[in-house]
Amino acid sequence: MTPSAYWRANLKLIAGCLVVWFVASFGCGLLLVDWLNQFMLGGFKLGFWFAQQGSILVFVLVLIYYARAMKRLDAEFLAAKH
Amino acid sequence: MSDDAHLRLLTLFVVGASFALYIGIAIWSRVRTTGDFYIAGKSVHPVANGMATAADWMSAASFISMAGLIAFLGYDGSVYLMGWTGGYVLLALLLAPYLRRFGKFTVPEFIGERYASKTASVVAVVCLILVSFTYIAGQMRGVGIVFSRFLELDIGAGLMLGMGIVFLYAVLGGMRGITYTQVAQYCVLIFAYTVPAVFISIQVTGIAVPQVGFGASLAEGGGSLLARLDTIVQDLGFASYTEGSRSRLDLFFITAALMIGTAGLPHVLVRFFTVRKVSDARSSAVWALIFISILYTTAPAVAALTRYNLTETIQPGAVGHPEGNLVYEERPGWFRRWEETGLLTFEDKNGDDRVQYYNDGNAEFAEGAAEYGWEGNELHVDRDIIVLANPEIARLPAWVIALVAAGGIAAALSTAAGLLLVISAAVSHDLIKRQLRPNLSERGELRAGRISAACAILLAGYLGFNPPGFVAQVVAFAFGLAAASLFPAIVMGVFSKRMNKEGAISGMLVGLTFTLLYIVAFRGIGGMSPWFEDVPGNWLFGISPEGIGVVGMVLNFAVAIGVSSFTARPSAEIEALIERVRTPGEDEVDA
Repeated sequence: MTPSAYWRANLKLIAGCLVVWFVASFGCGLLLVDWLNQFMLGGFKLGFWFAQQGSILVFVLVLIYYARAMKRLDAEFLAAKH
Repeated sequence: MSDDAHLRLLTLFVVGASFALYIGIAIWSRVRTTGDFYIAGKSVHPVANGMATAADWMSAASFISMAGLIAFLGYDGSVYLMGWTGGYVLLALLLAPYLRRFGKFTVPEFIGERYASKTASVVAVVCLILVSFTYIAGQMRGVGIVFSRFLELDIGAGLMLGMGIVFLYAVLGGMRGITYTQVAQYCVLIFAYTVPAVFISIQVTGIAVPQVGFGASLAEGGGSLLARLDTIVQDLGFASYTEGSRSRLDLFFITAALMIGTAGLPHVLVRFFTVRKVSDARSSAVWALIFISILYTTAPAVAALTRYNLTETIQPGAVGHPEGNLVYEERPGWFRRWEETGLLTFEDKNGDDRVQYYNDGNAEFAEGAAEYGWEGNELHVDRDIIVLANPEIARLPAWVIALVAAGGIAAALSTAAGLLLVISAAVSHDLIKRQLRPNLSERGELRAGRISAACAILLAGYLGFNPPGFVAQVVAFAFGLAAASLFPAIVMGVFSKRMNKEGAISGMLVGLTFTLLYIVAFRGIGGMSPWFEDVPGNWLFGISPEGIGVVGMVLNFAVAIGVSSFTARPSAEIEALIERVRTPGEDEVDA
């Protein structure tokens, strides 16, 4: 794997993670909140739940995914180098 | 012994014990090299670093003010929750790993070397100091509140004590001392935050997990807590709790400013210089966010539960019924105690000896209220007291109250110490060593670091005595400034090979100046009064001063890209530096 292939793969991962990050917070927590509020999650209106709980959970999952994916990518890159 | 005296003694004991712990760690971890002083010798384990980052990050604003803000703002308060956690995604994806790979000591050092410019480095130092002092003022005020309420010390004496403790472990132990005290402080503060939340959740809903409890049904019947809360606050003329009332556009900008600002805060960034390798920087960002999330998902539960408790206490009966309101003489103990601090005030406007708490800013409701014989809202509750008064409102045992006091102090001190260290590193390393006295010996630089830390503590103490506003609000401005100045310069430094020093410097200057002027124009500075009235009609595109950092950031990017496109490309060496920062090093392989 060349440095530029590694970098392109990283950029693709980052872009994907940022989309999820944006949809969970600015999307579900802010822009779509009124529409989502017609659904209920237990005693929560769904939009309100995303704004105060769900978005934060999604952030954690995004970061776990990214850290793992990068670890694999790093290993591939370094293996190819040797 | 009276209850009050008993509580004070217990609080003194718990807070004193936590101080003894921090001092013990300081003595154990004192340092002798600049590498240890600035970045703990790059030896911190990712989980420990995650915990330290969480404590570093969660300030007096998070611990003391945030749940209170959300309690009164309802849905609108979500901006703080999403903003102060979502920033970690940006940090972990766009900044932390590359700064760690760069592998030096400070953020201005990265900017100085990446743009091969001393000017860029000095501009970064100025941005960093401005951001950090804005932020530290909020911390010191938080320490003052806790001391004056719980220990009934004079705020001045309380501040001196807090400053003395920070002085000990920051000056002696440097980054290493700060890291391990922050780990201890995280444990204290998260325990202190979640224990009362669990108790209150059980009392109100019968469910022990507050994150679930605040979406559950009331233990006493009457449907779900949030639905009931919506009803009771609207019955008193307030906005619906779950829907809020601020403009969505403004909320969008504030959230974005808080997120991007989080990612650009130097005292958080520097924590990622302290781990062994790049993959550790990524995993410690994950840990940091997990540790932070524990508090940030509990906070909205505390907010809803407390707003419910507070409203039910003041308005136990039907709205408008002559006996529906709390009789002042029968007010609970916490009400009495917080009145003494002046943070909770009651004025019996209609002389009925009962407390009316409602939204008299709502003209339609106020008209109806006048028919009940209400002559205006009679209760003022400072938002900063919600978390601190919470265990008392819920009638929890005295040791819980003492613990919350220690937690509040831990949150404020850990953040203050982190900020003091980046300020001192910027002065001793970026200004003295790298600009003024390049021949300075390592011992000399270490001494310079300690002296500047000491000076920064004194200045912070002064800001604590003369606080420029309440905690969360002052802190919110630091984010706008960080978003508009440092964040774009670092991101472009990694992600654009074309970005050069002319672009970066002009971008930082424009972003910072614009944001600062906008804030000063609407909020004033020092003794100076604002130039415009701070109302939505006057704001640019309806964006409040809290959210304006995003516009500053966009300006920064635009100016930087514009200027760099007709000035020279960076040299081949710089390009090699960027290549190096972008790819993993050999040390990533596990031995």
